[in-house]
Amino acid sequence: MGSTSTQIAAMRGMGFYEPFHQISSWGDAFRDDGSLNIGPSTIVQVDDGLYNKTEHVSHESMEPSRSDQEAHKPADKIQRRLAQNREAARKSRLRKKAYVQQLESSRLKLAQLEQELERARHQGAYIGGSASDSSHLGFSGTGNPGIVAFEMEYGHWVVEHLKQISELRNALQAHVTDIELQILVENGLNHYNDLFRMKADAAKADVFYLISGKWRTSVECFFLWIGGFRPSELLSVLMPQLEPLSDRQLEDVCILRQSSQQAEDALTQGIDKLQQTLSQSIAADVMGVGGYGDQMTHAITNLEALEGFVNQADHLQQQTLQNMSRILTIRQAARGLLALGEYFHRLRALSSLWAARPREPA
Amino acid sequence: MEKVLGLASDQGVVIFIKSTCCLCYTVKILFQEIGVDPLVYEIDRDPEGREMEKALAKMGCSSPVPAVFIGGKLLGSTNEVMSLHLSGSLNQMLKPYQTQT
Repeated sequence: MGSTSTQIAAMRGMGFYEPFHQISSWGDAFRDDGSLNIGPSTIVQVDDGLYNKTEHVSHESMEPSRSDQEAHKPADKIQRRLAQNREAARKSRLRKKAYVQQLESSRLKLAQLEQELERARHQGAYIGGSASDSSHLGFSGTGNPGIVAFEMEYGHWVVEHLKQISELRNALQAHVTDIELQILVENGLNHYNDLFRMKADAAKADVFYLISGKWRTSVECFFLWIGGFRPSELLSVLMPQLEPLSDRQLEDVCILRQSSQQAEDALTQGIDKLQQTLSQSIAADVMGVGGYGDQMTHAITNLEALEGFVNQADHLQQQTLQNMSRILTIRQAARGLLALGEYFHRLRALSSLWAARPREPA
Repeated sequence: MEKVLGLASDQGVVIFIKSTCCLCYTVKILFQEIGVDPLVYEIDRDPEGREMEKALAKMGCSSPVPAVFIGGKLLGSTNEVMSLHLSGSLNQMLKPYQTQT
């Protein structure tokens, strides 16, 4: 409970939740094993607006009846009330936990949005080194106009993506019609197509920038495969969210999974071959007396192929999404897009959390 | 042009590549994974390589290499191969030519 109290204290400082001023006493209200640390006169208060008041247990109101029945079955009554208390407290804790988690994720989203705005404002300037920003690897610093434009556009893209995810979530919860969902699904797919278009332009401007993932947060970078997500990763995030699938759908998805895996493997082997070839070009005649002109010429030819690989990797992602939407019902496709979008934003949130984590002084 | 078409009809599955092209290598690997053993022809090692490259471009291939022919007909380049594979169509087209399942 100690860490929760610290969290809460920190959040309180941000003025996040006036109605919750009693929470600080919650930490003391529970023993380590989760049972209530109470005497007969302690009341566990909960805020009216958020919790169902009828569920909280007030000992004061029970005092009179307790003394009446004490003569009859004292142990039973006390045990029952303690059990009720524990149950109420447990439910209270769960709700509190859910609420805190929601607040925490909103806080992170807010921090992310603020960071995007900051970055968009400082185009071309080098940002790096500060603790909260260390999750981003900074701008290219070269002032390459194609890259500067890309970073700005990408910032907008992320904000728009967040909006779309929210819309999807609300639509699914509100059980809107399939037609309305269809529009949202098409918007979502088109949005990803926009990203691939932006990346293709950026690859022309500076393919190494794209492939290095400098424009991504640190955790996303960890998963980076030729400048983007692996199709197999996309599918593994989507799959658990789509049940139940019909037999026909299951068959189609398995075939898609197999073919995308084969394509992914082939592309991976291709880029390994590129690395090998490049390395060999540069190392050719490394002890020779002449210059390295020939080697450089070959190497440049090799590097020119990199753009093709980035485009093919994105193309694979796009085809994976297109084919999934072909196989799924509208509702399933909407859930799938929501799952994928949420996954993407959690990776970003994790990067921020990681960068901000408390560390032992050296 | 004739040379290209001639070679393309020689075998069920023919891929024109350049020896230095790694995307060509990717497509070759993919076909092998599908269980097909294509005829791979390196146009950069052919004295008429340039003409062949021009011919392939004229036939509508998005990039001259890799150029995939199935049953003597041009399928396309890497993009087309990937799209068709993920949609499930490529497997159907290659069924008659699979040497291993």
